[in-house]
Amino acid sequence: MSLRILFNLCLLTKQGETMQEIVKMENILKVYPNGIVANQSVNFSIVEGEIHALVGENGAGKSTLMKILFGIEQFTDGKILLNGQEVKFNNPQEAIKHGIGMVHQHFMLVPSLTVAENVVLGDEPRKAGGLLDINRAIKETQDIADRYHFDINPKMKVEDCSVGTKQKIEILKALFHGAKVLILDEPTAVLTPQETTELFKELMLLKEKGHTIVFISHKLNEVKEISNRITIMRAGKDVGTYHTDKVSKEDISNLMVGREVIWDLEKTKAKPKDVTVRVENITLVNEHKRRLLDDVSFSLRQGEILGVVGVEGNGQRELVDVLTGLQRVSAGKIAIMNENTDKFSIRQIRDLGLSHIPEDRMTLGVAEFASIEDNLLSIYFDKKDFLNGPFLKLKEINVWAKEKVKDYTVKTGSEKSPVKMLSGGNIQKVVVAREFSNNPKIIVADQPTRGIDVGAAQFIHKKLIELRDNGSAVLLVSADLTEVMDLSDSLIVFYNGKIVAYFEDASKLTEMELGLYMLGLKSQTEEEVRRCVYA
Amino acid sequence: MLKGLFKKGTVDQRFEVIRFAVAIFLAIVMAFILILLVSKEPFEALGYLFLGPISKFRKFGNVIETAIPLTFLGLSVSIMFSANQFNMGSSGALFIGGTIAAIVGLVLPLPFGIHPIVAMLAAGVVGGLLTSIPAIVKLKWGASELVSSLMLNFVALNLGLYLILNHFRDLTAGSLSSLPLLETVLLPTLVSGTRIHFGLIIVIIMVILAWLFLAKTKWGYALRMTGMNINFAKYSGISTAAVVLYSQFIGGFLAGMGGAVEIIGMYDRFKWQFMPSYAFDGVIVAVLAKKNPLYVPIAAVLLAYIRVGADTMSVNSDVSYEMISIIQGFIIIMIAANAFLKQYRQRMVVKEATQHD
Repeated sequence: MSLRILFNLCLLTKQGETMQEIVKMENILKVYPNGIVANQSVNFSIVEGEIHALVGENGAGKSTLMKILFGIEQFTDGKILLNGQEVKFNNPQEAIKHGIGMVHQHFMLVPSLTVAENVVLGDEPRKAGGLLDINRAIKETQDIADRYHFDINPKMKVEDCSVGTKQKIEILKALFHGAKVLILDEPTAVLTPQETTELFKELMLLKEKGHTIVFISHKLNEVKEISNRITIMRAGKDVGTYHTDKVSKEDISNLMVGREVIWDLEKTKAKPKDVTVRVENITLVNEHKRRLLDDVSFSLRQGEILGVVGVEGNGQRELVDVLTGLQRVSAGKIAIMNENTDKFSIRQIRDLGLSHIPEDRMTLGVAEFASIEDNLLSIYFDKKDFLNGPFLKLKEINVWAKEKVKDYTVKTGSEKSPVKMLSGGNIQKVVVAREFSNNPKIIVADQPTRGIDVGAAQFIHKKLIELRDNGSAVLLVSADLTEVMDLSDSLIVFYNGKIVAYFEDASKLTEMELGLYMLGLKSQTEEEVRRCVYA
Repeated sequence: MLKGLFKKGTVDQRFEVIRFAVAIFLAIVMAFILILLVSKEPFEALGYLFLGPISKFRKFGNVIETAIPLTFLGLSVSIMFSANQFNMGSSGALFIGGTIAAIVGLVLPLPFGIHPIVAMLAAGVVGGLLTSIPAIVKLKWGASELVSSLMLNFVALNLGLYLILNHFRDLTAGSLSSLPLLETVLLPTLVSGTRIHFGLIIVIIMVILAWLFLAKTKWGYALRMTGMNINFAKYSGISTAAVVLYSQFIGGFLAGMGGAVEIIGMYDRFKWQFMPSYAFDGVIVAVLAKKNPLYVPIAAVLLAYIRVGADTMSVNSDVSYEMISIIQGFIIIMIAANAFLKQYRQRMVVKEATQHD
């Protein structure tokens, strides 16, 4: 507590000076225990009262740099100066004491507690006897929310809050703990366009009130809109800091990637054919009797990419789970290639020609300690081509794995290296190489490019279109609106476990309009939605 | 040459070699200090500890004899742990396996050659069934195999003792033991001047089979993937329930067979009155061998060497056997502790990662 006061005093005395460097990171080197160099001779500084964008591709080291500043990770070499004083944070608590706050991409809230309880957690107002003073907690939360014009109800349970609200709670939490410097890690990744606009208003207000904001992003439009200065990172190094109004979007993207980026996806119009997946009135009820999927019907056809959008937690994940056999529906019917798959095992569903790119590649997509080769093999190991009695034809498998590594440009020294040594993009390429190599009839692609670099993402996009053109049916679930809108031929929108809209031609949509449906502000009539069911 | 050897391999492999060497070295230093503290003639005691096992041919024979059941147990645990199934039933399977082999050796008159094979197979199957119980209970009701297998060890121990003492006990013998086994079931001695028996050949065959199974077959692959990430295995369509079951059956089979080999190789009757002291050493061997069947015999010999050295020391010097358990514990902790020498490893990694620029 005393430290925080001291720190605030420091700030007061220095307010007279302009452009005070509040944080300065010098020559930061970070080597992770698995040998990955995440940061190398990175210099980064922010001045008081600015919004500073930190941009770079996925895997460029932005998050690592900020985790070092926030004390989650320790640097291997380098120096951090806070108001000119050298500091080293061993854990986030120390960083918080020094007035640094961070809002992570994945929220760190306790769902069963109320907003106020979450905000004060770790520094709770107490009654005599040490018990939580809930009324004061609510009042203090309300006070901060009012001060920064956050529209929030402190008594609400976090699990009932929308994603946008959860993010506000995270920001309030940081402010409550005395953050002067606020780090936001890809804050807009989970937001609808409307929510993003609201967030930006709030950030501008925070800036006016003297807070300093670091805004991590790879969405250049947003960066241009909100930031004063930009630091660009590429492959673990910083490639410079610029005043936002002095660089163009093209300059930034070229600096990020290190080469000219071609943004256009070449895609012809889809020629949908037979229905491969028929979903009829499926419902999924969880143990709390909540309807995660509520009477969902649609068809997926050969030769089309059907996009599924929605704010996270509105039933998209559950849809993927029931389609791929990870979960069973509570009611309704799923037919894949005209087979009723109600009682099918994952293996039987895969044998019908369904491939699955899972949302969370580290949990489902790979065994990280196993080799690339073993990871490629997991759905082929008991196929005739690779077996000699019960014995694996290891030579043939090795030749095949080498070929896949080459075809899918997985950057590695050897196909025998463990997958955990690869970057996110290359891990995803391993997953994709496995899932695409059996001429799949149906591909369920759940967040296929989340958290990977532009090059790998473009590669996967091209492959998906190629497979579509060869007659595969693709179900694309993604939180990245640009991605779904660019790739999808048709689109369905999920809200509260229901399909609220179907767009036969995705190319005619705007992000803003989609946002209205995603937030539940608008929905189509039942007949309009029914159009996504084909005979 | 050593340096050239060193350059090859990944940081992790190099690091493992260094860590292993440092762990052994520190353990020796620790042993030295402890012995200095408790012994009036420390150097003599140390001599018995480290050189005792190779002082006489017979002593070295003891190392190999001790290593045989340790290898069976190590294989057993390695296979179960590779599937990420923490079944501790190897010791129970060893005991019940020995019992079953003795019974087969007593009641089934079979020709020479066939008799021991039947005894070993029967012991293996019963051992496998025993360790399958925790697997079934886990699959059906989600109970931890760790707890249920530990409990089952008592069942196996007392069931074995009950069978022998109530139905096959030799009342004329001075100590508690079964009637003498039929000659046809006993494994012949392999090396004269020692008690090294035919079980050595069998255990070598089992090491190779276990390695082939784990590294080269589709079942071994499914087992390894399930062990590394069961969610990934399920998502890939691997039948993880089958893996959970057969990994634990095979584990028990190997331990049961080990019990049989020990009884029909080393003795002429069933003489175990309680759980053999090495019954839980399978875990140590498997950890030392990093669950690789090919390394299991090496780890088993290493452990057997320490055990025989300790025996020799406790018989010939004033250092007690308990001291050696402390030293052993220290070696295991050092090798098993992943974070040991972490700082040093980090420096190696940083050096390797940054030297390209």
